[in-house]
Amino acid sequence: MSPAQVFRFALAGLAANKLRSALTTLGILIGVGSVILLVAVGNGSSQSVQNAISSLGTSSITVLHTEGAVGSTSATTAFAEPQNLTVQDAQALASVQGVASVSPAVSASETLSYGASSDSASLTGTYPSYFPAEDDTLSAGAYFTTQEVNTAQDVVVLGSEAASDLFGTANPVGKSVLLAGIPFTVVGVLAEKGASGLSSADNTAVAPLTTVQDALTGFGTLNDVIVLAKSAALVDTVEGEITSILDLRHHETAADADFEVLSASSLLSTASSTAHTFTVLLGAVAAISLLVGGIGITNIMLVTVTERTREIGIRKAIGATPGVILAQFLTEATLLSMIGGALGVLAGLIGTRFQIVGVKPVLVPLSIPLALGVSVLIGLIFGGFPANRAAGMRPADALRYE
Amino acid sequence: MTGEPHPVIRLVSVVKIYGTGEAAVQALRGVSLDVVDRDYVAIMGASGSGKSTMMNIIGCLDVPGEGEFLIDGIDTSSLDEQQLAMVRNRKIGFVFQAFNLIPRMTALQNVELPLSYAGLKSAERRHRAEAALRLVGLAERMHSQPKQLSGGQQQRVAVARALVTAPALILADEPTGNLDTKASQDLMEVFDRLNAAGRTIVLITHEADVAAHAKRAIQVQDGRIVADRRVTAPGALPPLLTQPTVPS
Repeated sequence: MSPAQVFRFALAGLAANKLRSALTTLGILIGVGSVILLVAVGNGSSQSVQNAISSLGTSSITVLHTEGAVGSTSATTAFAEPQNLTVQDAQALASVQGVASVSPAVSASETLSYGASSDSASLTGTYPSYFPAEDDTLSAGAYFTTQEVNTAQDVVVLGSEAASDLFGTANPVGKSVLLAGIPFTVVGVLAEKGASGLSSADNTAVAPLTTVQDALTGFGTLNDVIVLAKSAALVDTVEGEITSILDLRHHETAADADFEVLSASSLLSTASSTAHTFTVLLGAVAAISLLVGGIGITNIMLVTVTERTREIGIRKAIGATPGVILAQFLTEATLLSMIGGALGVLAGLIGTRFQIVGVKPVLVPLSIPLALGVSVLIGLIFGGFPANRAAGMRPADALRYE
Repeated sequence: MTGEPHPVIRLVSVVKIYGTGEAAVQALRGVSLDVVDRDYVAIMGASGSGKSTMMNIIGCLDVPGEGEFLIDGIDTSSLDEQQLAMVRNRKIGFVFQAFNLIPRMTALQNVELPLSYAGLKSAERRHRAEAALRLVGLAERMHSQPKQLSGGQQQRVAVARALVTAPALILADEPTGNLDTKASQDLMEVFDRLNAAGRTIVLITHEADVAAHAKRAIQVQDGRIVADRRVTAPGALPPLLTQPTVPS
């Protein structure tokens, strides 16, 4: 008997009970679909976290000032008083081996306006070396210069969103905008970076450190210092050096530090292991639903075999060997799981096109052949027991079955 | 060998016991029987006489406990389930009381089924199945499903399915049990003509007027053959065949 003939018998067997076959298929569909979709959601969230972190630049290290706001003394303890993070601190870091640049930065949220349109943007005051450290590129104009920092010029580089909010499609370079009521000349516009984490990285304005301190924030503490290492491989050693230099300068131990040193690579490794755990967990939950779908196949195939006992008896009486009966029922079970698997892949593919709980799923290509393979295996394994029962029936008994 | 007709089935002191110990039931207590080629045998007996057990053994659906059973010269005791399936496919054509057609398959597909299991190609299957259906007078209904056919028509499809593999033996178990008088007569006429055309037939029945169509009547009681009456020679025409013309 040819495989094509076995296949045709199996198809006819499934067609005989369309609703039941469809519902059994649905179990596998949901299982396979959710494996693909949930793994894609896990992968998507891990990638968005990784993108956000790597947009900081993989060889950049951020020193954050912690404990209290600018010039605050409220967090006084019996040990060391928290100190300001100063430009002198930043200059001290520049001497560390392996450091390419050090950019002290202050930041504030300020109103930015041009003519009638105004918008709230995050303003950063820093050095020109801030741009390469932050992985920024220009779409128009130029960065401000060290000379302009030294002479505290009223110049500003706008983020792409801040620029388009104020100027639409017009070129802002050379125009004068008001930042907290003070006129600044736009010298450059940054290229779009996309959303990173909670806020847009494009709704920004970057001006010389001295200008911003003069006009807006005062000469208290810096908010952070961006240190760029010469290569990503040096990040760990540079990070250690920075910590010991600042501890020394602030007379502190690690326990009561008034600063925090963060690097993209250390964040990345923590985040990616968290995201991996998350993906595995989601996949496991989905795999359980696939298992339930498989048990559904066993269940329905057992019912089918019992219901068709007489038919099995007839087929055996007219010459079907146990092997042919086994093949027919195994094919039926595998067809159910394969159709379910294929539709599940389709459902998963459609599902990944939508944003799910704020995460854009990113398909893991390997999950498709894997899910399909597993669904075929499920058909063979979960269909094996009922099919074996059918093949082992004694024809004389099967024929008597009512 | 002599000029004696070749025995299609041979039972030698067949014993069959169901169950064990106290609950053991001796269904057959030493049955010996030869059925020769072209013969037309009716096995008669009340329920519980052992005729169903005989039918299962002759049909290779069951194996003897003791003794020997040979079909077309093949000893079945040494065969496994796979080989028994092939013997059933090649050597025996079954006709059951309950018709036992497979629902949702057309008459033609039902008749093609044993040929599928024999591994024949599609065109050859169709050609032979159509010929078998024509032989039982159902050429017009070959694309009907069993539920669209009357009982008599369904049983004739079953006969077509039994003879399509050109088996050594057609084995019919109470073939008229579910049919009315007219359909029974039509069916028995089909059997008579098949026998006249050279088919060996074993009928299992408890109806005397059905047994009257056979050339040889065997009475079974309590697992033994109690009477064996020869009506006409195996090579002669069936006793009740009204039209001696053989369908082509």
